Amino acid sequence: MRSRIVNIRAAAKQALEEGPCRVVAGYAPGTMAMRARPIFIDKPEDAGKLTWSSFCVGNLAGLLTQAAHAAPGKIGVVAQGCVSRNLVGLIGEGRFKREDLYIIGVPCLGMAERRKIEAKYPGRAIIAVEEAEDVFVVRGKRREVRMLRRDVLRDNCYTCVQRNPVIFDVLVADSAPDAEPSTGGGDIDKVAAPWERLAPEARLTAFEAAYKDCIRCYACRDVCPLCYCATCFVDESQPQWLGKTQDFADIANYHLLRALHCAGRCTDCGACESACPQNIKVRRLTSKLEKDVRALYGHQAGMALGEAPPLTVYKPDDPQDFIK
Amino acid sequence: MSNEEFSPRIATFLCSWCSYGAADMAGVGRFSYPADFRVVRIPCTGRLSPKFVLSALRQGADGVWVSGCHPGDCHFISGNLTARRHFTLLKNLLEYVGVEPGRLHFSWISSAEADKFARVATEVAAAVRALGPAQNTLSALIKAV
Repeated sequence: MRSRIVNIRAAAKQALEEGPCRVVAGYAPGTMAMRARPIFIDKPEDAGKLTWSSFCVGNLAGLLTQAAHAAPGKIGVVAQGCVSRNLVGLIGEGRFKREDLYIIGVPCLGMAERRKIEAKYPGRAIIAVEEAEDVFVVRGKRREVRMLRRDVLRDNCYTCVQRNPVIFDVLVADSAPDAEPSTGGGDIDKVAAPWERLAPEARLTAFEAAYKDCIRCYACRDVCPLCYCATCFVDESQPQWLGKTQDFADIANYHLLRALHCAGRCTDCGACESACPQNIKVRRLTSKLEKDVRALYGHQAGMALGEAPPLTVYKPDDPQDFIK
Repeated sequence: MSNEEFSPRIATFLCSWCSYGAADMAGVGRFSYPADFRVVRIPCTGRLSPKFVLSALRQGADGVWVSGCHPGDCHFISGNLTARRHFTLLKNLLEYVGVEPGRLHFSWISSAEADKFARVATEVAAAVRALGPAQNTLSALIKAV
Protein backbone atom coordinates (compact mmCIF):
# COMPACT_ATOMS: atom_id res chain seq x y z
CA MET A 1 0.00 0.00 0.00
CA ARG A 2 2.87 2.30 0.88
CA SER A 3 4.43 1.78 -2.53
CA ARG A 4 1.13 2.59 -4.20
CA ILE A 5 0.95 5.93 -2.36
CA VAL A 6 4.54 6.80 -3.25
CA ASN A 7 3.98 5.90 -6.89
CA ILE A 8 0.69 7.79 -7.13
CA ARG A 9 2.37 10.91 -5.76
CA ALA A 10 5.30 10.55 -8.11
CA ALA A 11 3.04 9.99 -11.12
CA ALA A 12 0.84 12.95 -10.24
CA LYS A 13 3.86 15.20 -9.63
CA GLN A 14 5.41 14.25 -12.92
CA ALA A 15 2.12 14.66 -14.81
CA LEU A 16 1.68 18.17 -13.43
CA GLU A 17 5.32 19.24 -13.77
CA GLU A 18 6.07 18.01 -17.25
CA GLY A 19 2.55 18.11 -18.54
CA PRO A 20 0.31 16.70 -19.82
CA CYS A 21 -2.05 17.40 -16.92
CA ARG A 22 -3.47 20.66 -15.65
CA VAL A 23 -5.17 18.97 -12.74
CA VAL A 24 -5.17 15.56 -11.09
CA ALA A 25 -8.11 14.01 -9.25
CA GLY A 26 -7.20 11.69 -6.42
CA TYR A 27 -7.87 11.04 -2.77
CA ALA A 28 -6.69 12.82 0.37
CA PRO A 29 -6.93 11.39 3.87
CA GLY A 30 -10.23 12.10 5.58
CA THR A 31 -10.54 13.76 8.96
CA MET A 32 -11.39 10.46 10.62
CA ALA A 33 -9.89 7.00 10.43
CA MET A 34 -11.14 4.85 7.56
CA ARG A 35 -12.19 7.84 5.51
CA ALA A 36 -10.77 9.33 2.35
CA ARG A 37 -12.06 12.30 0.42
CA PRO A 38 -11.66 13.25 -3.21
CA ILE A 39 -9.26 16.05 -3.98
CA PHE A 40 -8.19 17.95 -7.09
CA ILE A 41 -4.59 19.15 -7.17
CA ASP A 42 -3.17 21.51 -9.78
CA LYS A 43 0.33 22.20 -8.44
CA PRO A 44 3.16 19.64 -8.49
CA GLU A 45 4.10 20.54 -4.91
CA ASP A 46 0.66 19.46 -3.76
CA ALA A 47 1.23 15.88 -4.92
CA GLY A 48 2.13 15.00 -1.32
CA LYS A 49 -1.51 15.56 -0.38
CA LEU A 50 -2.53 12.51 -2.36
CA THR A 51 -2.97 9.21 -0.67
CA TRP A 52 -4.33 5.75 -1.34
CA SER A 53 -5.97 3.25 0.95
CA SER A 54 -8.67 0.62 0.95
CA PHE A 55 -11.07 3.29 2.13
CA CYS A 56 -11.01 5.29 -1.11
CA VAL A 57 -14.49 3.97 -1.78
CA GLY A 58 -15.95 6.82 -3.80
CA ASN A 59 -15.74 6.86 -7.55
CA LEU A 60 -13.60 9.60 -9.09
CA ALA A 61 -14.94 8.99 -12.59
CA GLY A 62 -18.10 10.87 -11.64
CA LEU A 63 -16.17 13.99 -10.67
CA LEU A 64 -14.60 14.29 -14.09
CA THR A 65 -17.69 14.84 -16.20
CA GLN A 66 -17.76 18.54 -15.36
CA ALA A 67 -14.06 19.06 -14.72
CA ALA A 68 -13.15 17.68 -18.15
CA HIS A 69 -14.87 20.60 -19.86
CA ALA A 70 -13.82 23.33 -17.44
CA ALA A 71 -10.57 24.17 -19.24
CA PRO A 72 -8.39 22.78 -22.01
CA GLY A 73 -5.73 20.24 -21.19
CA LYS A 74 -5.70 16.76 -19.81
CA ILE A 75 -7.16 15.82 -16.51
CA GLY A 76 -5.41 13.20 -14.42
CA VAL A 77 -7.35 10.65 -12.45
CA VAL A 78 -6.43 7.89 -10.05
CA ALA A 79 -8.40 4.82 -11.06
CA GLN A 80 -8.64 1.21 -9.93
CA GLY A 81 -10.40 -1.49 -11.97
CA CYS A 82 -14.04 -0.49 -11.52
CA VAL A 83 -13.35 3.24 -11.86
CA SER A 84 -11.45 2.63 -15.09
CA ARG A 85 -14.47 0.71 -16.36
CA ASN A 86 -16.63 3.72 -15.55
CA LEU A 87 -14.19 5.92 -17.44
CA VAL A 88 -14.55 3.62 -20.45
CA GLY A 89 -18.33 3.86 -20.13
CA LEU A 90 -18.29 7.66 -19.88
CA ILE A 91 -15.99 7.91 -22.89
CA GLY A 92 -18.48 5.74 -24.76
CA GLU A 93 -21.27 8.08 -23.73
CA GLY A 94 -19.35 11.07 -25.01
CA ARG A 95 -18.76 12.75 -21.66
CA PHE A 96 -15.07 13.19 -22.46
CA LYS A 97 -12.48 11.75 -24.80
CA ARG A 98 -9.80 9.22 -24.04
CA GLU A 99 -7.15 11.79 -24.95
CA ASP A 100 -8.60 14.22 -22.35
CA LEU A 101 -7.60 11.81 -19.62
CA TYR A 102 -4.36 10.83 -18.00
CA ILE A 103 -5.19 7.71 -16.03
CA ILE A 104 -3.02 6.75 -13.08
CA GLY A 105 -4.00 3.11 -12.79
CA VAL A 106 -4.04 1.31 -9.46
CA PRO A 107 -4.20 -2.49 -9.36
CA CYS A 108 -6.77 -2.99 -6.64
CA LEU A 109 -6.61 -5.39 -3.71
CA GLY A 110 -10.31 -5.03 -2.96
CA MET A 111 -11.72 -2.15 -0.98
CA ALA A 112 -12.56 -2.39 2.70
CA GLU A 113 -15.98 -1.93 4.25
CA ARG A 114 -15.59 0.49 7.13
CA ARG A 115 -18.72 -0.83 8.84
CA LYS A 116 -17.47 -4.41 8.84
CA ILE A 117 -14.26 -3.32 10.55
CA GLU A 118 -16.23 -1.30 13.11
CA ALA A 119 -18.44 -4.29 13.81
CA LYS A 120 -15.46 -6.57 14.39
CA TYR A 121 -13.59 -4.10 16.57
CA PRO A 122 -14.35 -4.62 20.26
CA GLY A 123 -13.72 -1.07 21.45
CA ARG A 124 -15.73 2.00 20.66
CA ALA A 125 -13.57 4.38 18.70
CA ILE A 126 -11.10 3.41 16.03
CA ILE A 127 -8.27 5.91 15.86
CA ALA A 128 -6.19 4.55 13.02
CA VAL A 129 -6.01 1.68 10.58
CA GLU A 130 -2.82 0.56 8.94
CA GLU A 131 -2.94 -1.86 6.10
CA ALA A 132 -0.73 -4.24 4.22
CA GLU A 133 -1.67 -6.47 1.31
CA ASP A 134 -3.54 -9.04 3.36
CA VAL A 135 -3.90 -7.56 6.82
CA PHE A 136 -5.40 -4.54 8.52
CA VAL A 137 -4.10 -3.39 11.89
CA VAL A 138 -6.95 -1.57 13.61
CA ARG A 139 -6.01 0.68 16.52
CA GLY A 140 -8.16 2.24 19.18
CA LYS A 141 -7.22 3.80 22.51
CA ARG A 142 -6.32 0.57 24.22
CA ARG A 143 -6.54 -2.30 21.79
CA GLU A 144 -4.92 -3.23 18.56
CA VAL A 145 -6.65 -5.82 16.42
CA ARG A 146 -5.47 -7.53 13.26
CA MET A 147 -8.04 -8.37 10.63
CA LEU A 148 -7.65 -10.23 7.39
CA ARG A 149 -8.45 -8.24 4.29
CA ARG A 150 -10.59 -11.03 2.91
CA ASP A 151 -12.89 -10.79 5.96
CA VAL A 152 -13.67 -7.09 5.69
CA LEU A 153 -13.97 -6.41 1.98
CA ARG A 154 -16.99 -4.60 0.60
CA ASP A 155 -19.67 -6.95 -0.72
CA ASN A 156 -19.11 -5.97 -4.33
CA CYS A 157 -15.35 -6.52 -4.05
CA TYR A 158 -15.84 -10.23 -3.41
CA THR A 159 -17.42 -10.62 -6.82
CA CYS A 160 -15.27 -8.06 -8.64
CA VAL A 161 -14.49 -9.12 -12.20
CA GLN A 162 -11.80 -6.56 -12.96
CA ARG A 163 -9.41 -5.43 -10.26
CA ASN A 164 -6.79 -4.11 -12.64
CA PRO A 165 -7.52 -0.99 -14.66
CA VAL A 166 -8.90 -1.65 -18.14
CA ILE A 167 -7.23 1.46 -19.54
CA PHE A 168 -4.39 3.47 -18.03
CA ASP A 169 -1.45 5.67 -18.91
CA VAL A 170 0.73 4.71 -15.99
CA LEU A 171 0.43 1.89 -13.49
CA VAL A 172 1.49 2.46 -9.88
CA ALA A 173 2.04 -1.18 -8.95
CA ASP A 174 2.61 -4.41 -10.77
CA SER A 175 -0.73 -5.66 -11.92
CA ALA A 176 -1.58 -8.79 -10.06
CA PRO A 177 0.44 -11.69 -11.51
CA ASP A 178 -1.33 -14.63 -13.10
CA ALA A 179 -1.03 -16.75 -9.99
CA GLU A 180 -3.01 -14.15 -8.10
CA PRO A 181 -6.34 -13.69 -9.88
CA SER A 182 -7.26 -10.18 -10.91
CA THR A 183 -10.83 -10.75 -9.81
CA GLY A 184 -12.51 -10.89 -6.42
CA GLY A 185 -12.96 -14.61 -6.91
CA GLY A 186 -16.62 -14.78 -5.90
CA ASP A 187 -19.35 -15.98 -8.27
CA ILE A 188 -21.39 -12.91 -9.14
CA ASP A 189 -24.27 -14.97 -10.48
CA LYS A 190 -24.74 -16.55 -7.08
CA VAL A 191 -24.97 -13.33 -5.14
CA ALA A 192 -26.63 -11.05 -7.67
CA ALA A 193 -30.38 -10.82 -7.35
CA PRO A 194 -30.81 -12.54 -3.96
CA TRP A 195 -34.59 -12.10 -4.01
CA GLU A 196 -35.10 -14.18 -7.13
CA ARG A 197 -35.68 -17.26 -5.03
CA LEU A 198 -38.55 -15.69 -3.11
CA ALA A 199 -42.28 -15.70 -3.88
CA PRO A 200 -43.74 -12.36 -5.05
CA GLU A 201 -45.17 -11.37 -1.64
CA ALA A 202 -41.92 -12.26 0.11
CA ARG A 203 -39.99 -10.23 -2.45
CA LEU A 204 -42.03 -7.16 -1.69
CA THR A 205 -41.51 -7.68 2.04
CA ALA A 206 -37.78 -8.07 1.49
CA PHE A 207 -37.69 -5.01 -0.74
CA GLU A 208 -39.47 -2.92 1.85
CA ALA A 209 -37.33 -4.20 4.69
CA ALA A 210 -34.17 -3.38 2.77
CA TYR A 211 -35.12 0.10 1.60
CA LYS A 212 -37.58 1.51 4.14
CA ASP A 213 -34.89 3.37 6.07
CA CYS A 214 -33.97 5.48 3.04
CA ILE A 215 -33.98 9.17 3.93
CA ARG A 216 -33.88 10.35 0.30
CA CYS A 217 -30.55 12.13 0.78
CA TYR A 218 -29.54 11.04 -2.75
CA ALA A 219 -25.99 10.26 -1.66
CA CYS A 220 -26.14 7.12 -3.82
CA ARG A 221 -27.02 9.26 -6.83
CA ASP A 222 -24.46 11.95 -6.07
CA VAL A 223 -21.58 9.54 -5.74
CA CYS A 224 -22.55 7.53 -8.81
CA PRO A 225 -20.38 8.21 -11.86
CA LEU A 226 -23.31 7.34 -14.12
CA CYS A 227 -25.46 10.20 -12.81
CA TYR A 228 -24.63 13.38 -14.68
CA CYS A 229 -27.96 14.67 -16.00
CA ALA A 230 -28.31 18.44 -15.67
CA THR A 231 -31.73 17.92 -14.12
CA CYS A 232 -32.18 14.63 -12.33
CA PHE A 233 -35.57 12.94 -12.54
CA VAL A 234 -36.00 13.46 -8.80
CA ASP A 235 -35.82 17.22 -9.32
CA GLU A 236 -38.14 17.41 -12.31
CA SER A 237 -41.25 19.40 -11.49
CA GLN A 238 -43.25 19.78 -14.71
CA PRO A 239 -44.36 17.06 -14.73
CA GLN A 240 -43.22 15.79 -11.38
CA TRP A 241 -42.82 12.10 -12.00
CA LEU A 242 -41.55 11.22 -8.59
CA GLY A 243 -43.17 11.78 -5.20
CA LYS A 244 -40.97 13.59 -2.72
CA THR A 245 -42.21 11.90 0.42
CA GLN A 246 -40.61 9.19 2.49
CA ASP A 247 -43.56 6.88 2.00
CA PHE A 248 -42.24 3.58 0.86
CA ALA A 249 -43.96 3.84 -2.53
CA ASP A 250 -41.94 6.97 -3.30
CA ILE A 251 -38.75 5.53 -1.88
CA ALA A 252 -39.32 2.43 -3.99
CA ASN A 253 -39.96 4.41 -7.14
CA TYR A 254 -36.83 6.46 -6.61
CA HIS A 255 -34.63 3.40 -6.20
CA LEU A 256 -36.24 1.48 -9.05
CA LEU A 257 -35.81 4.37 -11.43
CA ARG A 258 -32.27 5.08 -10.31
CA ALA A 259 -31.39 1.43 -10.84
CA LEU A 260 -33.00 1.44 -14.29
CA HIS A 261 -30.95 4.47 -15.27
CA CYS A 262 -27.85 2.46 -14.40
CA ALA A 263 -28.92 -0.60 -16.38
CA GLY A 264 -26.20 -1.78 -18.71
CA ARG A 265 -23.85 0.91 -17.43
CA CYS A 266 -23.24 -0.07 -13.81
CA THR A 267 -19.81 -1.54 -13.12
CA ASP A 268 -20.75 -2.67 -9.62
CA CYS A 269 -18.18 -0.29 -8.10
CA GLY A 270 -20.13 -0.21 -4.85
CA ALA A 271 -19.77 3.54 -4.29
CA CYS A 272 -23.53 3.83 -3.72
CA GLU A 273 -23.50 1.35 -0.88
CA SER A 274 -20.42 2.88 0.67
CA ALA A 275 -21.93 6.36 0.51
CA CYS A 276 -25.27 5.38 2.02
CA PRO A 277 -25.60 6.83 5.54
CA GLN A 278 -28.39 4.36 6.31
CA ASN A 279 -26.41 1.30 5.31
CA ILE A 280 -28.95 0.28 2.68
CA LYS A 281 -27.86 -2.48 0.32
CA VAL A 282 -28.45 -0.35 -2.75
CA ARG A 283 -26.85 -2.95 -5.01
CA ARG A 284 -29.79 -5.33 -4.52
CA LEU A 285 -31.46 -3.63 -7.49
CA THR A 286 -28.48 -2.68 -9.65
CA SER A 287 -26.95 -6.16 -9.38
CA LYS A 288 -30.19 -7.67 -10.68
CA LEU A 289 -30.06 -5.42 -13.72
CA GLU A 290 -26.37 -6.07 -14.22
CA LYS A 291 -27.11 -9.79 -14.20
CA ASP A 292 -30.03 -9.44 -16.62
CA VAL A 293 -28.04 -7.35 -19.07
CA ARG A 294 -25.22 -9.86 -18.97
CA ALA A 295 -27.52 -12.86 -19.37
CA LEU A 296 -29.85 -11.40 -22.01
CA TYR A 297 -27.56 -9.16 -24.03
CA GLY A 298 -24.10 -10.50 -23.21
CA HIS A 299 -22.79 -7.13 -22.10
CA GLN A 300 -20.50 -6.18 -19.24
CA ALA A 301 -20.19 -2.46 -18.81
CA GLY A 302 -16.89 -0.73 -19.47
CA MET A 303 -14.73 -3.71 -20.35
CA ALA A 304 -13.61 -2.39 -23.73
CA LEU A 305 -13.47 0.96 -25.49
CA GLY A 306 -15.85 1.40 -28.40
CA GLU A 307 -18.69 -0.79 -27.21
CA ALA A 308 -22.14 0.76 -27.54
CA PRO A 309 -24.23 0.95 -24.35
CA PRO A 310 -26.57 -2.08 -24.55
CA LEU A 311 -29.76 -0.08 -24.11
CA THR A 312 -29.02 2.13 -27.11
CA VAL A 313 -28.79 -0.80 -29.50
CA TYR A 314 -30.72 -3.98 -30.23
CA LYS A 315 -30.45 -7.30 -31.93
CA PRO A 316 -33.25 -8.64 -34.10
CA ASP A 317 -33.37 -11.82 -32.03
CA ASP A 318 -33.41 -10.27 -28.56
CA PRO A 319 -35.46 -12.40 -26.15
CA GLN A 320 -39.16 -11.58 -26.24
CA ASP A 321 -40.96 -14.60 -24.78
CA PHE A 322 -43.34 -12.43 -22.82
CA ILE A 323 -44.48 -10.27 -25.76
CA LYS A 324 -47.94 -11.04 -27.07
CA MET B 1 -64.92 -6.81 -3.44
CA SER B 2 -65.17 -9.91 -5.59
CA ASN B 3 -63.21 -10.10 -8.77
CA GLU B 4 -66.40 -10.00 -10.85
CA GLU B 5 -67.27 -6.57 -9.52
CA PHE B 6 -63.73 -5.36 -9.65
CA SER B 7 -63.06 -3.13 -12.60
CA PRO B 8 -59.31 -2.70 -12.95
CA ARG B 9 -57.61 0.44 -14.13
CA ILE B 10 -55.03 -0.51 -16.71
CA ALA B 11 -52.62 2.18 -17.87
CA THR B 12 -52.26 1.55 -21.58
CA PHE B 13 -49.54 3.06 -23.72
CA LEU B 14 -50.24 2.69 -27.44
CA CYS B 15 -47.94 3.63 -30.28
CA SER B 16 -49.75 6.15 -32.45
CA TRP B 17 -48.47 4.51 -35.66
CA CYS B 18 -49.95 1.07 -35.06
CA SER B 19 -51.70 -0.06 -31.89
CA TYR B 20 -53.56 3.21 -31.47
CA GLY B 21 -54.86 2.78 -35.00
CA ALA B 22 -55.74 -0.83 -34.20
CA ALA B 23 -57.77 0.36 -31.22
CA ASP B 24 -59.49 2.86 -33.47
CA MET B 25 -60.26 0.20 -36.02
CA ALA B 26 -61.46 -2.21 -33.35
CA GLY B 27 -63.98 0.46 -32.40
CA VAL B 28 -65.02 1.13 -35.97
CA GLY B 29 -65.29 -2.61 -36.60
CA ARG B 30 -67.50 -2.99 -33.47
CA PHE B 31 -65.25 -5.55 -31.82
CA SER B 32 -66.11 -5.87 -28.19
CA TYR B 33 -63.42 -5.82 -25.51
CA PRO B 34 -63.32 -4.79 -21.83
CA ALA B 35 -63.43 -1.10 -20.95
CA ASP B 36 -60.72 -1.23 -18.29
CA PHE B 37 -58.08 0.65 -20.22
CA ARG B 38 -56.89 4.23 -19.82
CA VAL B 39 -55.12 4.88 -23.09
CA VAL B 40 -52.12 7.16 -23.45
CA ARG B 41 -51.06 7.76 -27.03
CA ILE B 42 -47.28 7.79 -27.45
CA PRO B 43 -45.39 8.59 -30.65
CA CYS B 44 -43.45 5.29 -30.51
CA THR B 45 -42.86 2.64 -27.87
CA GLY B 46 -39.32 3.96 -27.90
CA ARG B 47 -40.74 7.05 -26.20
CA LEU B 48 -41.92 4.99 -23.26
CA SER B 49 -39.92 5.92 -20.21
CA PRO B 50 -39.93 3.70 -17.13
CA LYS B 51 -41.12 6.87 -15.38
CA PHE B 52 -44.50 6.49 -17.08
CA VAL B 53 -44.95 2.96 -15.87
CA LEU B 54 -43.75 3.59 -12.33
CA SER B 55 -45.81 6.75 -12.09
CA ALA B 56 -48.92 4.89 -13.25
CA LEU B 57 -48.39 2.16 -10.68
CA ARG B 58 -47.69 4.74 -8.00
CA GLN B 59 -50.97 6.46 -8.73
CA GLY B 60 -52.97 3.29 -8.44
CA ALA B 61 -52.99 1.54 -11.80
CA ASP B 62 -53.76 -2.15 -11.40
CA GLY B 63 -51.91 -3.08 -14.55
CA VAL B 64 -49.84 -1.66 -17.39
CA TRP B 65 -50.05 -2.57 -21.06
CA VAL B 66 -47.68 -1.28 -23.70
CA SER B 67 -48.25 -2.02 -27.35
CA GLY B 68 -46.26 -1.08 -30.43
CA CYS B 69 -45.39 -2.05 -33.98
CA HIS B 70 -44.12 -5.45 -35.00
CA PRO B 71 -40.31 -5.73 -35.24
CA GLY B 72 -39.25 -4.25 -38.56
CA ASP B 73 -42.35 -2.07 -38.88
CA CYS B 74 -41.30 0.80 -36.62
CA HIS B 75 -41.95 4.22 -38.14
CA PHE B 76 -38.62 5.30 -36.64
CA ILE B 77 -36.81 2.14 -37.83
CA SER B 78 -35.86 0.69 -34.44
CA GLY B 79 -37.77 2.44 -31.63
CA ASN B 80 -39.74 -0.68 -30.82
CA LEU B 81 -36.61 -2.85 -30.74
CA THR B 82 -34.78 -0.67 -28.21
CA ALA B 83 -38.08 -0.43 -26.32
CA ARG B 84 -38.11 -4.22 -26.20
CA ARG B 85 -34.83 -4.18 -24.28
CA HIS B 86 -35.98 -1.38 -21.99
CA PHE B 87 -39.29 -3.06 -21.26
CA THR B 88 -37.69 -6.47 -20.65
CA LEU B 89 -35.45 -5.00 -17.97
CA LEU B 90 -38.28 -2.96 -16.44
CA LYS B 91 -40.58 -5.97 -16.29
CA ASN B 92 -37.88 -8.19 -14.82
CA LEU B 93 -36.98 -5.56 -12.22
CA LEU B 94 -40.57 -4.94 -11.13
CA GLU B 95 -41.20 -8.66 -10.85
CA TYR B 96 -37.96 -8.98 -8.92
CA VAL B 97 -39.30 -6.62 -6.24
CA GLY B 98 -42.66 -8.34 -6.00
CA VAL B 99 -45.00 -6.96 -8.66
CA GLU B 100 -46.90 -9.96 -10.01
CA PRO B 101 -46.06 -11.01 -13.59
CA GLY B 102 -49.70 -10.65 -14.72
CA ARG B 103 -49.74 -6.89 -14.20
CA LEU B 104 -47.31 -5.91 -16.92
CA HIS B 105 -48.02 -6.64 -20.56
CA PHE B 106 -46.34 -5.89 -23.84
CA SER B 107 -47.56 -6.67 -27.34
CA TRP B 108 -46.93 -6.04 -31.02
CA ILE B 109 -50.12 -5.01 -32.82
CA SER B 110 -50.13 -3.42 -36.27
CA SER B 111 -52.74 -0.89 -37.34
CA ALA B 112 -54.46 -3.57 -39.43
CA GLU B 113 -54.89 -6.02 -36.56
CA ALA B 114 -58.10 -4.83 -34.93
CA ASP B 115 -59.01 -8.43 -34.12
CA LYS B 116 -55.69 -8.98 -32.40
CA PHE B 117 -56.17 -5.76 -30.45
CA ALA B 118 -59.52 -6.93 -29.13
CA ARG B 119 -58.14 -10.37 -28.32
CA VAL B 120 -55.05 -9.07 -26.48
CA ALA B 121 -57.14 -6.46 -24.66
CA THR B 122 -59.40 -9.22 -23.42
CA GLU B 123 -56.41 -11.29 -22.32
CA VAL B 124 -54.75 -8.39 -20.52
CA ALA B 125 -57.94 -7.39 -18.74
CA ALA B 126 -58.58 -10.99 -17.70
CA ALA B 127 -55.04 -11.38 -16.37
CA VAL B 128 -55.24 -8.20 -14.30
CA ARG B 129 -58.77 -8.95 -13.16
CA ALA B 130 -57.64 -12.37 -11.96
CA LEU B 131 -55.01 -10.77 -9.76
CA GLY B 132 -57.52 -8.41 -8.19
CA PRO B 133 -56.84 -4.83 -7.07
CA ALA B 134 -53.19 -3.90 -6.83
CA GLN B 135 -51.96 -5.42 -3.60
CA ASN B 136 -48.34 -5.95 -4.27
CA THR B 137 -47.78 -2.99 -6.48
CA LEU B 138 -46.29 0.13 -5.12
CA SER B 139 -49.44 2.14 -4.48
CA ALA B 140 -50.94 -0.55 -2.25
CA LEU B 141 -48.28 0.17 0.32
CA ILE B 142 -49.51 3.69 0.78
CA LYS B 143 -53.02 2.51 1.51
CA ALA B 144 -51.69 0.05 4.03
CA VAL B 145 -49.86 2.69 6.07
